[in-house]
Amino acid sequence: MASAKPSAGTQRPISPHLQIYSPLINMMMSIVHRITGVALYFGTLLLAFYLVSAASGSAAYYHAKYILGTPIGLLILFGYTWALFHHMLGGIRHMIWDTGRGFDLATVDTLCWGSLIGSISLTILVWIAAFMF
Amino acid sequence: MTTTLRPTPSPNEAQIRTPLARVRGLGSAKEGTDHFWRQRVTAVANLVLVIFAVFLVLRLVGASYGQASEMLANPLVTIALGMLVLSGVIHMRLGMQTVIEDYIHSEGLKIVLLMLNTFFAIAVGATCILAVLKLAFGS
Repeated sequence: MASAKPSAGTQRPISPHLQIYSPLINMMMSIVHRITGVALYFGTLLLAFYLVSAASGSAAYYHAKYILGTPIGLLILFGYTWALFHHMLGGIRHMIWDTGRGFDLATVDTLCWGSLIGSISLTILVWIAAFMF
Repeated sequence: MTTTLRPTPSPNEAQIRTPLARVRGLGSAKEGTDHFWRQRVTAVANLVLVIFAVFLVLRLVGASYGQASEMLANPLVTIALGMLVLSGVIHMRLGMQTVIEDYIHSEGLKIVLLMLNTFFAIAVGATCILAVLKLAFGS
């Protein structure tokens, strides 16, 4: 892409960008889908850390369990859980849209709010289940 | 009726080639819908495998080392985890590629980051798969 520096003396119209629009739920969910994707990308290091620790014997396993059980560890895991569910439900929404369905405004709003409420609910459910075991 | 999609090299080609043949494998990246399609295929695979992984993690939460290594040595768990890692790193590499291409406009930095993206995905994938296999076959 060419750099967009206007030459001296010309004031060319600039295409409106994100800051000009009032935030709508579908726009916010689109942005959050990408952010959660990036978070999950680096979150795979957590999966690698757990698997390698478990494969390295008892001491490493309990060490990893201890680290993940600290308040910061739990916070990161909680965020990871939500990012995972949010990206998953957002992905399902995109698959529905891929078929060409669900593009009327009411359905778009329903799908977007549904994926947000669904991801929060699933995260809380899973953590309740985790503490019950 | 001829619709010209690009300059036609020879009259023969214009008559014989179908419109599909003309666009197949083209596009700016010369790979058609390959990126889009692999993103979708791995998304569907991830959907199934992540649901499995969530239940596995729930069972691993309170597990002792003995219980955890026994669960992770189960062949079905090995296969599912292996597939999740493979599908996951392909999916995340494609996604990060799009993010880099969208936001990094300097050509040199973009190429460096695209390479690092590939290296990261392969390194994480190789590490996880080795761990999964070690858990399966014992140390």
